[in-house]
Amino acid sequence: MRFNILEIVRQGLSGNSGWGPHWRSPDPKPEYDVVIVGGGGHGLATAFYLAKEHGITNVALLEKGYLGGGNVGRNTTIVRANYMLPGNSEFYSHSLKLWEGMEQELNYNAMMSQRGIYNLFHSDGQRDAYARRGNQMISQGDDAELLDRAAVRRRLPFLDHDNARFPVIGALYHGRGGTARHDAVAWGYARGADRRGVDLIQNCEVIGIDIEGGRVRGVQTTRGAIRAKKVALVTAGRSSQTAAMAGLRLPIESHVLQAFVSEGLKPLIDCVVTFGMGHFYISQSDKGGLVFGGDLDFYASYAARGNLPMAEHVMEAGMALMPMIGQARVLRSWGGIMDMTPDGSPIIDKTDIRGLYLDCGWCYGGFKAVPGSGFSLAHLVATDRHHAPAARFRLDRFARGAVIDEEATGSQHNLH
Amino acid sequence: MRLTCPLCGDRDRREFYYLGHETWLDRPAADAPPEAWDAYLHLRDNPCGPTRDLWQHEAGCGAWLVVSRDTATHEIASVELAR
Ligand SMILES: Cc1cc2nc3c(=O)[nH]c(=O)nc-3n(C[C@H](O)[C@H](O)[C@H](O)COP(=O)(O)OP(=O)(O)OC[C@H]3O[C@@H](n4cnc5c(N)ncnc54)[C@H](O)[C@@H]3O)c2cc1C
Ligand SMILES: [Zn+2]
Repeated sequence: MRFNILEIVRQGLSGNSGWGPHWRSPDPKPEYDVVIVGGGGHGLATAFYLAKEHGITNVALLEKGYLGGGNVGRNTTIVRANYMLPGNSEFYSHSLKLWEGMEQELNYNAMMSQRGIYNLFHSDGQRDAYARRGNQMISQGDDAELLDRAAVRRRLPFLDHDNARFPVIGALYHGRGGTARHDAVAWGYARGADRRGVDLIQNCEVIGIDIEGGRVRGVQTTRGAIRAKKVALVTAGRSSQTAAMAGLRLPIESHVLQAFVSEGLKPLIDCVVTFGMGHFYISQSDKGGLVFGGDLDFYASYAARGNLPMAEHVMEAGMALMPMIGQARVLRSWGGIMDMTPDGSPIIDKTDIRGLYLDCGWCYGGFKAVPGSGFSLAHLVATDRHHAPAARFRLDRFARGAVIDEEATGSQHNLH
Repeated sequence: MRLTCPLCGDRDRREFYYLGHETWLDRPAADAPPEAWDAYLHLRDNPCGPTRDLWQHEAGCGAWLVVSRDTATHEIASVELAR
């Protein structure tokens, strides 16, 4: 079924009884050309672009839980292309362009909202750094605008501009950035892949990878063995475990990142604001909840929940930035398992095992990368050549010293 | 989460700084091959379950500590002074 206005009217008149499931639930076949492990945003987008861009449809995507139950369903949904370093810059620029056409391409409402992002600054040094970043963004072909104190005061009247420690003296504004509905992105790619013939198989955990003579032959799963000519591991925070099944040790440590949402409020913040000095960022969902977060908890964790000190820190930073937030009640908080690399940038690469591909290391910033990563990984799997915008995300860049350290914080997994 | 520093006793997590897996204690020799340095700086087992990692009692005695911990439950098994 194509979604369009006529269909909505028709369904509305017939009691909305005709909406079917958005994808099939097939049993796994014994063999596929490509098996994708992991049904998060990146795995689903990879399945979609393999089918759409390369005509490869004899594909299974295996997900140990339910589609979209991992980080793609847990993030704070910010989409942007404000990276600076070669490698990141062209990749996120490409990804944002895909976001801009995604809903048409998928015939799915992902609630992509380019509501604009303000990165606040509080000192001359920070302004210079943001001016440089803005120029890099513009030379990459994206948008950036340096706003002075008066402009920020006019546009974001609800901030504490005269905070004694961190007075707001301006902001870098990225108007094409914004937010999207995280679940809908996963569902849209799932439906798009399914309609092109990809088998999406849920409750199917990969527990082994079969390798013969340096070549991947298939996977062992909780639903039996599945042969495959090519296997792509797209398992985010669990990447160290799936890679270990192929004898690989990755440059990744998994950390917990928390996020928070308030009760639903009337429209208040029509953009995204980041307060780097306080390690805090905030937006408002279409349902009205204030969605906000801060840093990692800073210790390795698979618990998918954090501890109270970081919750307290985030609340304090929120109060410092916009004191009125203290009037709102927190509805819930949660955590996700973040695949942190030592330079804070991701990996999209082949491995030494022929036919085995890796897509991981997205740290806490991989939601905005969903379309770009799927597009580039599909290109790599289909052609065995790196897609230009993702060509620097190599697994061996650490050993080569060619790190992409956007935040210049060095070789410590939790500091990016 | 609370850690029991062998020197200071039971303290809040906020007093401690986390560096990473205890791999950080096995610094290769200056003339070790590049692969050893790559493994030391970048590669990790990253276990889901029991692990041993390196923390510093930053806002206390300053000692470096090896903490035996479970990454899936946040349970702390032991805290020892780092060698
Ligand atoms: C609180 C929070 C806030 C965030 N905010 C942002 C943000 O504002 N902007 C942004 O760009 N990014 C953000 N992120 C990061 C972003 O969510 C992730 O980088 C991205 O979702 C990771 O890729 P994914 O969607 O493919 O991962 P996931 O959704 O985690 O997908 C991986 C899947 O692999 C499956 N899997 C694992 N092991 C196996 C196995 N053995 N067999 C089968 N399946 C397996 C898992 O069940 C999971 O579904 C945030 C993350 C969190 C937690
Ligand atoms: Zn102590």
